[in-house]
Amino acid sequence: MNDLAARSALTPPRRRHGLGWWLAIAAVAVALVLLPFLVKNYRVFQFNLVLVYAIAVLGLNMLTGYNGQISLGHGAFYAIGGYAAAVLMERAGLPYGATLPVAALLCFVLGFLMGFPALRLGGHYLALATLALALAVPQLLKHKAIEGWTGGVQGIVLTKPEPPFTLRLFGQSLNADRWLYFVTLAVGALMFLLAWNLLRGRVGRALIAIRDHPIAAAAMGINLPLYKSLTFGVSAAFTGVAGALGAVVVAFVSPDSYGSFLSITILVGVVIGGLASIPGAIFGAIFIQYVPNLADEISKSAPWAIYGIFLIVFMYLMPGGVMGILRKAWARWRVGAAAAPPSPAAPQGEHRP
Amino acid sequence: MNRKQFTFAAAAVALAFAAPAGAQKKYDPGADDKEIKIGAIHPYSGPASAYGTIGKAIGAYFAKVNDEGGVNGRKIKYIPLDDGYNPAKTVEMARKLVEEDEALLVFNPLGTASNTAIQKYLNQKKVPQLFVATGATKWGDPKNFPWTMGWQPAYQSEAKIFAAHILETKPNAKIAVLFQNDDYGKDYLKGFEDGLGDKAKGMIVAKISYEVTDPTVDSQMLSLKASGADTFFNITTPKFAALAIKKAAEIGWKPTHYLNSVSASVGSVLTPAGVDNAVGIYTASYLKDPTDPQFQKGKEWDDWLGWMKKYNAAGDIKDVNNVYGYTAAQGLVQVLKQCGDNLTRENVMKQAASLDLTLPMLLPGVVVKTSADDFYPLEREMLARFDGKTWVLQGKVYGR
Repeated sequence: MNDLAARSALTPPRRRHGLGWWLAIAAVAVALVLLPFLVKNYRVFQFNLVLVYAIAVLGLNMLTGYNGQISLGHGAFYAIGGYAAAVLMERAGLPYGATLPVAALLCFVLGFLMGFPALRLGGHYLALATLALALAVPQLLKHKAIEGWTGGVQGIVLTKPEPPFTLRLFGQSLNADRWLYFVTLAVGALMFLLAWNLLRGRVGRALIAIRDHPIAAAAMGINLPLYKSLTFGVSAAFTGVAGALGAVVVAFVSPDSYGSFLSITILVGVVIGGLASIPGAIFGAIFIQYVPNLADEISKSAPWAIYGIFLIVFMYLMPGGVMGILRKAWARWRVGAAAAPPSPAAPQGEHRP
Repeated sequence: MNRKQFTFAAAAVALAFAAPAGAQKKYDPGADDKEIKIGAIHPYSGPASAYGTIGKAIGAYFAKVNDEGGVNGRKIKYIPLDDGYNPAKTVEMARKLVEEDEALLVFNPLGTASNTAIQKYLNQKKVPQLFVATGATKWGDPKNFPWTMGWQPAYQSEAKIFAAHILETKPNAKIAVLFQNDDYGKDYLKGFEDGLGDKAKGMIVAKISYEVTDPTVDSQMLSLKASGADTFFNITTPKFAALAIKKAAEIGWKPTHYLNSVSASVGSVLTPAGVDNAVGIYTASYLKDPTDPQFQKGKEWDDWLGWMKKYNAAGDIKDVNNVYGYTAAQGLVQVLKQCGDNLTRENVMKQAASLDLTLPMLLPGVVVKTSADDFYPLEREMLARFDGKTWVLQGKVYGR
């Protein structure tokens, strides 16, 4: 944990990116745009879920990875976000895009309030308190006082938004799923940009300082209660947005969709992807989405045992998550590259001090 | 052979050849000359993984059918998927079956919420959502959802059976009803009131609900006893059923007690409630209980046991879910047989809506029957009475 703090504290001087860097970015962007037209609809639907989970994992990573507060209750915020979208779309007739800010705001407020008890509870006690949230929310959604809105155990079936224009590419049309892919991608990009902006600067350093040494952080003048509660709120808001998008993508919400296992799944995504890593959320999301399917294909008798084996193998081989091993590989490659005679083409600015 | 006879014979031969030639082979995605792809979604993981048994039993039955030559010469390719009882995952799996695996139909998906999640999608895609494994009454709605069909007796059908029994044996009963305050409880209650008809208002002297979150149903039971009822319809899930049975005994209330089949388990309901307190309770059932000695003989039992041993050896012979899967798979095989060489999704629904058969592991007298406007295949059940050890079937079949 300490080396992470040290690395983040030493913000590297701004680098000028070479042409190759920009070309790579452009290639990735083009690939992301073309991707949904190259695969079957069902795969697009899975990609949408990966993007949704990535946002949720990113939200929890802010709290757990950067700020060191463990939450076993983020499934609850995911559920609240999902229900906010479903109720607003199907009962109030709001367009799906408008539900996202509402879900974010609602979850921010609830998360902020949840942050208050979090101030008094540390470590495992906080984890248990949030677990209570994850257990309670699916039951509360069935409560008869709000059954008129939430549809009780039956849940709500959503209408999938149709794309606003028609388009054909490689013989595949821009249908509801492909349109949602671009919506999810755009929202995801925005959320990642927001997170990156928030975490790379003063705020990020403050969060990490609180995680690593709260007393020292307070001595440095960081307002501990405020930062902790705000982090909880922002983290919940991210997960809420993911929940709302997830509800639109799946086109159905019900209490059974948001069991307590969901919260643990999101936490698994955070750890697998890599604690305190923004891109790690994507790898975590890929794990969440595909490993259960893989486990099911391997064994019908004990899919969860297979899932467990995957988890143990991942943790054993990559104790720092996927991003941990990528960082190590990158560092080793750079050491190797530095040992070799420098090629004259390499601009000096590419090397970090 | 004179000329007349010859003409007749020739015509017969011509007709014999013409018939198969006339019945053109027709296929939708998921079917061809060699195989029929059947997708299924069951919870192999997650909170309801005990029901995964059903999915495995279905696969084991298809293996037997394939070993015996398949259906009309085509093998069944079974694609079982796991949704972990999570409706969001059910949606993903249904889409996989339709869009990637291109199954002819989605068979026996389990759970009310899970089926609600995929009903709209499958009906839009015009893919059969056949013989769903849930007791909710909404699955038999061919007008709005012509591609969805139920299987087991719906809650309302079962409640009507209890109502019929009460009207027959105790027409002047004063009835108290305890029900869970959700769709499931209300579904049962509606069927019960419909079953009693005009007399419902006069006969039901008390109906009280409880919430799933309630710790006990003690106060409800006291109020129901105070209503002076002599008959009790107990619409509760297992935990509350056990509590209600126990409380009734504690307060000395001994009405004629009808218990919904949802909670008919001896092991998880009647034993914790105290088997002595449960003597005399009625429930309803439609499948043969593999632990009941009266069914453990004859060809039907031998066939079942032989299949269990050869194809489903890992399964528990005592588990009624194996009987369920076996029977549901047999229902589907019959539909496919009736389809002949016209294996379109439309014809699958058409044939599923024209069934009239008995199956070996259904109770005697229980039939599978459907029509274009009756999408409830199983509606008959037999009453059973608890004798302190096991459910004793009462013989008469009720319903439809």
